[in-house]
Amino acid sequence: MEEPAIEEGDNHRDVEVAPALISVHPDHKFIVVSIGSDLRVFDLQGGCSVTLVDDSSGPLHKDSIRAIRFGAEGKLFVSAGDDKLVKIWNANSWHCISTVCSEKRVSAVAISKDGLFVCFADKFGVVWALNLDGFDENQVLVDKKAAPVLAHYCSIITSLEFSLDGRFIISADRDFKIRVSVFPKKPLDGAHEIQSFCLGHTEFVSCLAFVCAPDYPEGFLVSGSGDSTVRLWDITSGSLLDTCEVGSQAGFLESNGRGEEHYSAVIDLCTTPDGTLVAAAIQSLQGIMLLNCNISAKSLSIAKVVSITGGSFIPTSLGTASCAEFLWMVTGVSTLHGLDSHSLARVRVISGFRISSPDSVEHEPTMLEDDEIPGGEKLLEKLQGSVSIENKVFSAAAEAVKMAMCNLLIKKQYSADKREFRKRTRNDKKIKQ
Amino acid sequence: MLEKEGHSKISKSTHLPRKRFYRARAHSNPLSDSHFPVPISPSHVDYSVHFPQLFSSSDEGGDSKKIEFADVGCGFGGLLISLSTLFPETLMIGMEIRDKVTEYVKERILALRVANPGQYQNVSVVRTNSMKYIPNYFGKGQLSKMFFLFPDPHFKEKNHRRRVISTHLLDEYAYVLGIGGIIYTITDVEELGDWMKDCLEGHPMFEAITEAELEGDPVVKLLSSATEEGQKVARNGGQTFQAVYRRIAPSL
Repeated sequence: MEEPAIEEGDNHRDVEVAPALISVHPDHKFIVVSIGSDLRVFDLQGGCSVTLVDDSSGPLHKDSIRAIRFGAEGKLFVSAGDDKLVKIWNANSWHCISTVCSEKRVSAVAISKDGLFVCFADKFGVVWALNLDGFDENQVLVDKKAAPVLAHYCSIITSLEFSLDGRFIISADRDFKIRVSVFPKKPLDGAHEIQSFCLGHTEFVSCLAFVCAPDYPEGFLVSGSGDSTVRLWDITSGSLLDTCEVGSQAGFLESNGRGEEHYSAVIDLCTTPDGTLVAAAIQSLQGIMLLNCNISAKSLSIAKVVSITGGSFIPTSLGTASCAEFLWMVTGVSTLHGLDSHSLARVRVISGFRISSPDSVEHEPTMLEDDEIPGGEKLLEKLQGSVSIENKVFSAAAEAVKMAMCNLLIKKQYSADKREFRKRTRNDKKIKQ
Repeated sequence: MLEKEGHSKISKSTHLPRKRFYRARAHSNPLSDSHFPVPISPSHVDYSVHFPQLFSSSDEGGDSKKIEFADVGCGFGGLLISLSTLFPETLMIGMEIRDKVTEYVKERILALRVANPGQYQNVSVVRTNSMKYIPNYFGKGQLSKMFFLFPDPHFKEKNHRRRVISTHLLDEYAYVLGIGGIIYTITDVEELGDWMKDCLEGHPMFEAITEAELEGDPVVKLLSSATEEGQKVARNGGQTFQAVYRRIAPSL
């Protein structure tokens, strides 16, 4: 059953779809959702939608956005994706202050803790750094060029993250690898010193996040992967501290006999600002799994599953602010085939996303109804495009996202016959120049 | 004739495998997805498979001896065989991406172990793509010597990123090499020789080794004499270009 699907992906590159992404301003001022090439911003304080202004000469995004992120201080916002453009926005006025062209499609972005460098990773495994020195609220940066700082050998980089103290840059790839590199004083000369490799995942690594506690300010890394595990790492040594099998333990694996290995890939992770609660979005899980990280015991355990009723809502991206106790979730896909709507974005919010104290009965995380969420209907109208969405769209979207992820990140297996056929049709042999 | 000899890939007179049964294409695309098994991490490398006389399968690694030399792209294994007797106490491994060639080296080592009891127990070979999986085999600072002898030159500019020496890959080699560890490179292609030297020279974690030191290093002589490629170049009266660098701590 799988073979034809793979072939289809090969033959029609244009049916590639991108999942919807969400990003929350660190001070809970703005919520940003990207869907396809569309960037939607809502001002939570003003209670109104925001219009983006692009002063720089470059065009707006022309293809699917694959990565969005606010800087740690909330002054900057970066968006990038398949159109090979990295756009840096003033996250107050929402003017685009710089547009940088990448050589390859961009798969991940990060902003250094001091806000001086924007890093982005491409599908060939190279991480680039861009110096924002001289960034001024109202000024447009011109002629900025990015420099390559490190590379995973031709492997798609799936996630990019700075350590909490800003000393390290962490990059994860589809070859199961997490690399921790010292982020140097002069990043444009390259991040040559590798602190460690975090090795243990047996499928692509999809997402990274940090947990921390007052007595462990440097924190620990958590990673999610296609192998249905969330793992806890010490980045200084690269040692694996704990593995949490989110697929089997939750017992939600489909029992319809398909038993596919890649069925419950971890899609995204989000941690509470106080550091020890991890929310995981998992393929095929209609809801969110909350994991407890016990920092002193260096262990991860499943706390509970918050299920989402009404529509098969499988989040494609998560976000939270450092001050508010809301977990923002979005599900969606850039293109839908055979359905009336062209794209889908649906936003849901969980309140009480925190741990008050380890032994007290925690503030129950609850799913908010549409009229209860901050920003209300106005926000939904902006971020989703419409307030109500037909139910059948969700399953189609979930299926499309899953297929796209498989095609992108999982190694293709070919039968002997097919391999021969593919060798014969290689296009790198000698084509007329 | 094939019928007669075909049943044995091992030569009757020398008891060594015969190369003609292990011919392989000279080039391999290191960018393509590979489907051979790769250890999850260095602690998953099974030493008892590689060095059966030195490690029993119950050994759980731990503090025991680790591989110190890696010959990346070892080809038919000429250098490894010479190093094995020169450094009998050191564990070493060859890494080769071509299936058949790896098979040949494996047979060659096995045959040498049988013919010379007690010798060649410290050498082994593995089929892998070292450009992707070096960190899966070696931990931080584990190696003391790395060899890159006569690597594929990948002439076209479009294919330069397939070269086994590049600034970004040197980051990984610097990670697996301990401070003071030495990286040996040699080629008969001047353009590639310049490229490798430039990459190493420009890298903050490597420094060139002085002529005097090179003179005193017995390994340097083996670079051109011990490998099959080196012997071929010598036969044809070709020139070789070598670059030997030491891993240093980066200045802050």
